[in-house]
Amino acid sequence: MIEIRFHGRGGQGAVTAANILAEACFKEGKDVQAFPMFGVERRGAPVTAFLRVDDRPIRIKSQIYNPDIVAVLDTTLLEAVDVTSGLKKDGTVIINTDLDIKDIEIKAKKLALVDATKIAMDHGLGSKAAPIVNTSILGSFPRATEMVSIESVIKAIKEKSPAKAEENARAAEDAYKNTRVFE
Amino acid sequence: MVKKVIYGNHAVSYGARDSRVEVIAAYPITPQTQVVELLSEFCASGELKAKFIKVESEHSAMAACVGASAAGARAFTATSSQGLALMHEMLHWASNARHPIVMANINRAMGPPWSIWTDQNDSIAQRDTGWLQFYCSTNQEVYDTTIQAFKICENDKVLLPGMLILDAFVLSHTSEVVDMPPQEEIDEFLPPYEAKYKLDLDDPRAFGGLMFPDWYYELKYKQHRSMEKALKIIEDVGREFGERFGRYYGLVEEYRIDDAEIVLVVSSTVAQTSKEAVDLLRKEGMRIGLVRIRTFRPFPKEKIRKIASKVDMMIVIDRNISFGSEGVFYTETKAALYNEKSRPPVYGVIIGLGGRDVRVEDIMNIAKKGKNNKLEINKINWWGVKL
Repeated sequence: MIEIRFHGRGGQGAVTAANILAEACFKEGKDVQAFPMFGVERRGAPVTAFLRVDDRPIRIKSQIYNPDIVAVLDTTLLEAVDVTSGLKKDGTVIINTDLDIKDIEIKAKKLALVDATKIAMDHGLGSKAAPIVNTSILGSFPRATEMVSIESVIKAIKEKSPAKAEENARAAEDAYKNTRVFE
Repeated sequence: MVKKVIYGNHAVSYGARDSRVEVIAAYPITPQTQVVELLSEFCASGELKAKFIKVESEHSAMAACVGASAAGARAFTATSSQGLALMHEMLHWASNARHPIVMANINRAMGPPWSIWTDQNDSIAQRDTGWLQFYCSTNQEVYDTTIQAFKICENDKVLLPGMLILDAFVLSHTSEVVDMPPQEEIDEFLPPYEAKYKLDLDDPRAFGGLMFPDWYYELKYKQHRSMEKALKIIEDVGREFGERFGRYYGLVEEYRIDDAEIVLVVSSTVAQTSKEAVDLLRKEGMRIGLVRIRTFRPFPKEKIRKIASKVDMMIVIDRNISFGSEGVFYTETKAALYNEKSRPPVYGVIIGLGGRDVRVEDIMNIAKKGKNNKLEINKINWWGVKL
């Protein structure tokens, strides 16, 4: 079983990201379970969402405490939230950032960096003050991990995007090409 | 067959749509709102040919369902927590007047203090209103139970309303894979509702009149008998559903109890997490299994007795509390066993009130404490209480 935790801010689409990635993995024959941190969401406040993916039926219904993968949709969260809390030893962290790897203090076996904010803006997703980066960060998953293909991610985005499906799909493809992976 | 990744709430909506409900009367409340939102979209698009009635309160929602059912329609609503509490009077009405209304209740803790998270106190408090209660543990079961509930409740031998129940957020807002059979196959399983007695201008009848003491008592006897008869109907319908669609249901779900010494008695999503715990404990050599109580009303006493007769210990894990007494599944389990010649000790644990997360480790540690005789008997074991 692969367990994933998304950190975002209310309005960035972390919960939708978990649902779209669930759909992509489901398309590849996996059982999936996606859910938000069971809270009350407010725009701008830290939001957590979860995803489980397995070849076998998933039964466990608790939140995720020891993720294999953490995705951070907002660089400012690195200072506000302990994003690597409980991360498995051989875990992966995917971060939306324009920083250089040497300026990232997060410790993980594998780090994947993508400037999802710039990509979202390039594709007209959200506003400068509130870019919608979730589909861009999803494009990084097939680059940083083996869990899903970019084709399935794009297909899921096209089906599940509430608006601008094509732009979201192209943003994911862009992110897939421009994710920097460090091990 | 369509497989989709959907919220538990939407599993209810799809289940109601595929049951071809005719009247929906509803009032929004977190975390239920998505259920009726999607149903209103189905009605607006014409995908579902039902009358959608917006009402000013949950009390009115149930009153409208009662009226619709009295007129012979298949009626549906959904609510949660305070909304369910506000319906209380009408819940008695629906059952006493023998209207087979189906309702989804999203288990949400009662305020104050305000909580939107799960526990069972809202639905447990409606235990004695004469509704069948089904506690679901996966989104698939939510969808399947919505359809089965109509078939069970509308059965001539039952004619009582039914409540399907799912945990706030842990199911309501969680996306899981749900397999939905083709509409034609569901139509074969669940034909249209034909009310035997209904409001009809050509055949006028009085409903809800005054009943003197010489016969009221007999009607209560009959209402209770119908609940008892529902035990078999629930199993028959669950079996037929299984034969048609490959997923079998009954009053309880047994898991690895064949050679078990310790059996956990659980319900709702806690049961799914507990299965994981049972597997891990089995690997450590513990002979443990679980029984998930799916149908709480009518209560499956015989099933509990049969399982209890073969085990050394039962541990009932409740996500509810009857203040001044104990967990309600605990009380009911013990009561079912009291007159048995031999019965195992039964321990009661309270867990996860107000949505406190229930983890695999919690269940494993409860079982280990039980095995080492460290749980208290005849007292509530408050799991993880910080005071």
